[in-house]
Amino acid sequence: MSVTEILFFFLSALAVFSAVMVLVSKSPVHSVLWLIAVFFAISGHYVLLNAQFLAIVNLIVYAGAIMVLFLFVIMLMNLNAETEPQKHMWMKLAGVISGGCLLIILVSMVRQAVDLPGKTALMKEGNIGLIGNLGKALFSDYVVPFEITSVLFLSAMVGAVVIGKKE
Amino acid sequence: MTLLAFDWILLIEKLVLIAIIVFASLGIALYTTFAERKVAAVLQDRPGPNRAGPFGLFQPFADGLKLIMKEEIIPNSSNKVLFVLGPILAMTAALMTCAVIPWSSHLEMFGRSIDLQVADINIGILYIFGVVSMGVYGIMIGGWASNNKFSLMAALRGASQAISYELAMGLSLIAVLMISGSLSLKTIVDQQMAPGAHWNIVYQPLGFLIFFICAMAECNRTPFDLPEAENELNFGYHQEYSSMKLGFYLFAEYVNMIMSSAIMASIFFGGYDIPFLDESTLAPNVAALLGVLALLTKIVIFIFIFMWIRWTIPRFRYDQLMNLGWKTLIPLALFNMLVTGAVILWRQG
Repeated sequence: MSVTEILFFFLSALAVFSAVMVLVSKSPVHSVLWLIAVFFAISGHYVLLNAQFLAIVNLIVYAGAIMVLFLFVIMLMNLNAETEPQKHMWMKLAGVISGGCLLIILVSMVRQAVDLPGKTALMKEGNIGLIGNLGKALFSDYVVPFEITSVLFLSAMVGAVVIGKKE
Repeated sequence: MTLLAFDWILLIEKLVLIAIIVFASLGIALYTTFAERKVAAVLQDRPGPNRAGPFGLFQPFADGLKLIMKEEIIPNSSNKVLFVLGPILAMTAALMTCAVIPWSSHLEMFGRSIDLQVADINIGILYIFGVVSMGVYGIMIGGWASNNKFSLMAALRGASQAISYELAMGLSLIAVLMISGSLSLKTIVDQQMAPGAHWNIVYQPLGFLIFFICAMAECNRTPFDLPEAENELNFGYHQEYSSMKLGFYLFAEYVNMIMSSAIMASIFFGGYDIPFLDESTLAPNVAALLGVLALLTKIVIFIFIFMWIRWTIPRFRYDQLMNLGWKTLIPLALFNMLVTGAVILWRQG
């Protein structure tokens, strides 16, 4: 086993364990903290794939900003294990079945994909994930979709300001 | 044995470097607390701590010993795990920044060229932002786990302040990145050291001012110490903490101050560059050691300015803080970015 493989298995185990803990934790604050651990593990995978920019942006945006907002909401509404509504057994069962269906569809999609069989992920190779190359690709080959996405973000921002504004 | 094909000497070299940097940062932070009290004393025209040792030089050890000897109290109504996790996170996030700071060029030792930087990653500045955004969790988790309404209020204040000022901080740095064309701190410092090049402060005075104000806000220093406003919140987010857990929170603030001074020195003031001296004429080891001294001098100057401001300017009101962040600094940073971009385009022809 190389160092990369050891890291891969460690990060995968960490990601799966943390994801399970997100679901199992009784207190919402604990769930959020385990979710942050999941993001860290996934960022580790990005680094293994030599996509450093994606790794750090994942941490800044998801772990650093969005999860802080989650914590804000939980703390301001004072949600904790006692006030958390306990769902019925059949609700949980329905959730498991529908989630399982989605998983089966995803797995079958991956198995049927034409250009995937026989391929392995590029480890520590391929430079498209490095920030300079990624920026050049985004601003030359994909400039129109990129700009359209930014308009989408702008509309979301304007919407938030309109909702948050007093009369 | 090819089970782990790995450069073990590199690993040892980096571990030693990390240990030295962490202990040096903690040592400097220890004496920064002492310097804070002395500077306060000078500014207020009184002698300051002068009992422990010559000139009161052993005062920080007395303070530390006092904190360690105090009783550890974990409130019954608190969330025990998170209550302990809070100070750990605050301290870890504060120390993690030092990984990407280039402390000097390289040393030639034992036939190896040892870089005095833990990791020269090509996203160095983004890494700093990642760590800064993690620092919020120490305050938020500690404040929430205390289960005290003052602590919670302070934690929410601290988090919203940190998030607001991160934006202006990022925008002010984009202008620097446009000039340097690189996110690696080492490259940015090397560009400023090149013969004929100037420090970035010459090109980006407004960017530096915005960055400096935001750094002060991120470190929760007066005039931005609203999370610790005694008169409104008793003591702030660490009100329920005692003994060394409180010590960790207070200490993390000083480590943060050192790290942000080091970052400002590296990005805007040439890092380990010695002004008016061509380092390539010196032996590499001498140049490296002088470089460390130069960087430390710049850090000490910044720390003094932090303290000077703390004992001069009173605290902002909360609405003033938000107005300054969102309505003054962010538009100014955007303006700075636009002007920089226009000038670069114009010079390219």
